[in-house]
Amino acid sequence: MDTIETVIKPGLGPEILHFKDDQEAILQSQRGNRQAFGFLVKKYMQRAYYTALGLVGSHDSAVDLSQEAFIRAFRSIKKFQAGKNFFTWYYRILRNLCFNHLRDRARHARPFSEIREEELESITDSDGATGAVIERNETQRLVWEALESLKEQEREIIILKDMQDLSYKEIAEVFDCPVGTVMSRLFTARQALKAKLERLYS
Amino acid sequence: MMINDDQERFHILLMGAVDDELDADERKEFARLLAQYPGFVKEFEDYKRLKEATKAMRFKNPPAELWDSYWLNIYNRLERGFGWILLSLGSIILLTFAGVEFFRALVFDSSLPVVVKIGIFCLIGGLAVLLVSVVRERWFVYKSDPYKEIKR
Repeated sequence: MDTIETVIKPGLGPEILHFKDDQEAILQSQRGNRQAFGFLVKKYMQRAYYTALGLVGSHDSAVDLSQEAFIRAFRSIKKFQAGKNFFTWYYRILRNLCFNHLRDRARHARPFSEIREEELESITDSDGATGAVIERNETQRLVWEALESLKEQEREIIILKDMQDLSYKEIAEVFDCPVGTVMSRLFTARQALKAKLERLYS
Repeated sequence: MMINDDQERFHILLMGAVDDELDADERKEFARLLAQYPGFVKEFEDYKRLKEATKAMRFKNPPAELWDSYWLNIYNRLERGFGWILLSLGSIILLTFAGVEFFRALVFDSSLPVVVKIGIFCLIGGLAVLLVSVVRERWFVYKSDPYKEIKR
């Protein structure tokens, strides 16, 4: 086991084992080692949280859903095929949870737009120019308004590409489709977003 | 017809160009289409601006403590899940044992009037029928639920 760099307090507690790559951590996790799985959680938790936040638009739900997805991932880690990308596999679990959550929430008719704006960061420009900050925030607000009005799948592919920086290959793995289909879906989504923005700006 | 084909191809390549994911041949093809149809240049510029706008979106950072407790929370939930399985297993074993003992005591207790015994058996039998009926109904609903894969 030379890929293990350091072992912090081995035992039964929530300490985390450290690995050079995901594959060894996955292998150990598949043997039921929770501490090895902790390595994967630590590595991907921020990405998972922000992705969930992009999909559901609420801090509390994003924390809860991303953690629940990790728990489910651990329970079915034995099904994970060696050599695949862990995050794209994990993301498939997360997206199902998020979409179910959105459907449940839609039944309770919670105003999605209000929640989303609360989560937006107030970006301040380095030069502190008030006009630029307002313009930028206004642009952000409009982009979000347009994004949230898209279909779930359209919003999802834009978030994966532009906010999560997934490559076409990784997105294709998530959706289990060819790269050409990803490009085509992305075009449809961006076309819809562009149309919404044009309407909002007009 | 040619324009339509080129347009369709352009829109596919356009995404790759905006996201910088075209290979050398595709880049050449994209450049040829831009040179051939000046209208495509504006569309390309529009989508580049759109990409910049979505790329600039940032979420508020959550409290830093979240990351400190994130894994601990998952670990505890995983551990508790295992605890619940053990607890359930133990409960099933003990309840089954208690049930068998109760049944035996009831049957062999000569001091208890027969009518009370019949009453208890009817009560238990009724509960069992209701339980089986509910479980069966839930099972049929589950089998015919088109969204069961999604919900899982």
